[in-house]
Amino acid sequence: MVVVVVVVGAYFYLQPGKPTELHILNWQGYGTDEAWAVQIFEEKSGVKVIHDNFNSEQEMLTKLRTSPGVYDVVLINSAFTEQAVAEGVLQPIDSTKIANFADLSAELRDSTRFNIDGKLYGVAWVWGVTSFAYNTEALTAAPASIQVLWDPAYVGRIGWRDDAVESVQLAAIATGQDMNNPADIEAVRQKLHALKGQIKTFWSSEDEWNKFMGAKDFDVATYWSGSAARSKKAFSLPVDFVVPEEGAIGWFDGLSIAKDAPNAEAAHQFIDFMVSPEFYVRWDTDVGAPASSNGKANAQLPEDAMNRAVLGDPAVVARLQWMAPMSDEQRAQYQELWDETKAYFAQ
Amino acid sequence: MNADQRRRVAVLGLTAPAYLWLVLTIFLPLSAMLYFSFLTEAPFGGRQPVATLAHYRSILTKDLYLDLTWRSLRMGMDVTIACILLGYPAALALARHVKGRWREAMFLLIVLPFWSNALVRTFSWTMTLRGDGLVDRAIHWVVPGMPSLDILFSYPAVVVGLVHAYLPYMILTCYVSLQAIDESLIEAARVLGAPGRTVFRRIVLPLSLPGLLAGTVLIFVPVIGSFMEPRILGGVAGSAMLGTVIEEQFTRIFNWPFGAALSFTLLAIVLLILGLAAPFLRRTLRTA
Repeated sequence: MVVVVVVVGAYFYLQPGKPTELHILNWQGYGTDEAWAVQIFEEKSGVKVIHDNFNSEQEMLTKLRTSPGVYDVVLINSAFTEQAVAEGVLQPIDSTKIANFADLSAELRDSTRFNIDGKLYGVAWVWGVTSFAYNTEALTAAPASIQVLWDPAYVGRIGWRDDAVESVQLAAIATGQDMNNPADIEAVRQKLHALKGQIKTFWSSEDEWNKFMGAKDFDVATYWSGSAARSKKAFSLPVDFVVPEEGAIGWFDGLSIAKDAPNAEAAHQFIDFMVSPEFYVRWDTDVGAPASSNGKANAQLPEDAMNRAVLGDPAVVARLQWMAPMSDEQRAQYQELWDETKAYFAQ
Repeated sequence: MNADQRRRVAVLGLTAPAYLWLVLTIFLPLSAMLYFSFLTEAPFGGRQPVATLAHYRSILTKDLYLDLTWRSLRMGMDVTIACILLGYPAALALARHVKGRWREAMFLLIVLPFWSNALVRTFSWTMTLRGDGLVDRAIHWVVPGMPSLDILFSYPAVVVGLVHAYLPYMILTCYVSLQAIDESLIEAARVLGAPGRTVFRRIVLPLSLPGLLAGTVLIFVPVIGSFMEPRILGGVAGSAMLGTVIEEQFTRIFNWPFGAALSFTLLAIVLLILGLAAPFLRRTLRTA
């Protein structure tokens, strides 16, 4: 008798139309899986949140391709949204179901990276900047120009990330070019070669950057805006982040809904929660986050929060170059250029 | 079944698992990689690659890959020579002069690096080799006026890390051939009036040559493809190697075909070197 009740109950509880789970695909530790946030959303929606992670954009795309109908919400960097749509792994999002949609920055929200063939495939969530930070004890004034990385005054005192795409893009900005499509690749090569002797060593992770900065190995080092805020706040390092006058690398991430998502209704709700001030302010204050695409959320941050003080300035945002999709050939070409530069450094 | 047949079945039964294992774990993945190296892109996610020789052409014609190959070969030679200079005398001392429990204790110390995680070992060198690190402080404690020693993030640091990792191979292979030398040969030479130098040059060294060569091959081959030590200890000056570039092709830009083509080029170079050295090695071993 008990078995019958349980089985019948389970049948009605689990029948289609009333999904009870929400499957999210994201980097680990990137906001959506904060325990307090999951708890708030689960209480609000009555839906259980289940996370799966990826370690690279390629892995994320592979998971979407090979497991259709499994994931609901997926985080995609805006430079990859177009490819995901072309491969047919995403479904359009109904912006009328996102209550906070009107508060999102128009530049990101209405970007052609998300709006494809008149349909919306990604909701702008967070954004950030890649440029450099400096040690405020070693440099008395904030450097205004990206040329500080090439300044002979800091020979052997520069930290640089060992990454081909980032290196080429920074050199393109320093030579006054479109970083997504540098017309004069030879100028980029020469600019990168000119770093010989400048770099103390390469860094590869936020943790490593903090160790090098803490050990006073760097005076100036390339860095990410969100990480700089954490280094300053959580690690008490004497550093400040700079968006130089020549511009910097801008990137933004969107939240998308997978094709044939089992719970598209809750997926819309979850995305709305993610772009709300309620979630973002606590995320940035307690943990440290990239900048929000929601202007109202940024305005609620403490006045000294970097995401408000530095990145909240429209003049700063206007200087950014946003990362565009890249072809495999372009990637391979940049990698070879960077490998060649590193071999030149080693000579 | 006669005795001969029974022996054949027994040999087959004993060796088949090992061969099956080798086929499954080495031959199949390697063949897949060799196949990938002739494709335009890795055949994942419904992509339609076509056959190409572009990767090999690029490797053989561009100065960059020639330069990287030469740098990796030089690293292999430097590490191997350092291992011989440090390892052979140590093996000689162990085999001929240290006895009993002391020998066991010293063996334990030599094999210890094998038992520690390679990554931990390499990171511990970053603390040792940096300016104001352990070595630097020790030197200044003894000689206060010395200039600061900071070799972290340089080519020498890579060589130090690799020698530490591979030295046990050299000591163990040399030790095995040295302790197998018949004591009476040396006594005979002594009786006939040969000085110690001659005994070493005419008897000990030739007879221990097989161990020395085995150690050389065991060290040289993996070192030229190494990527972890150059990546962590080499910094700007020492990380540009063939191994690190192969690693980047796989982990950074997912260009498996090009990474595979680089790996097989490296394998071809190793086989070529061994092939060229083979006649010489055979002659040396025969006269020994």
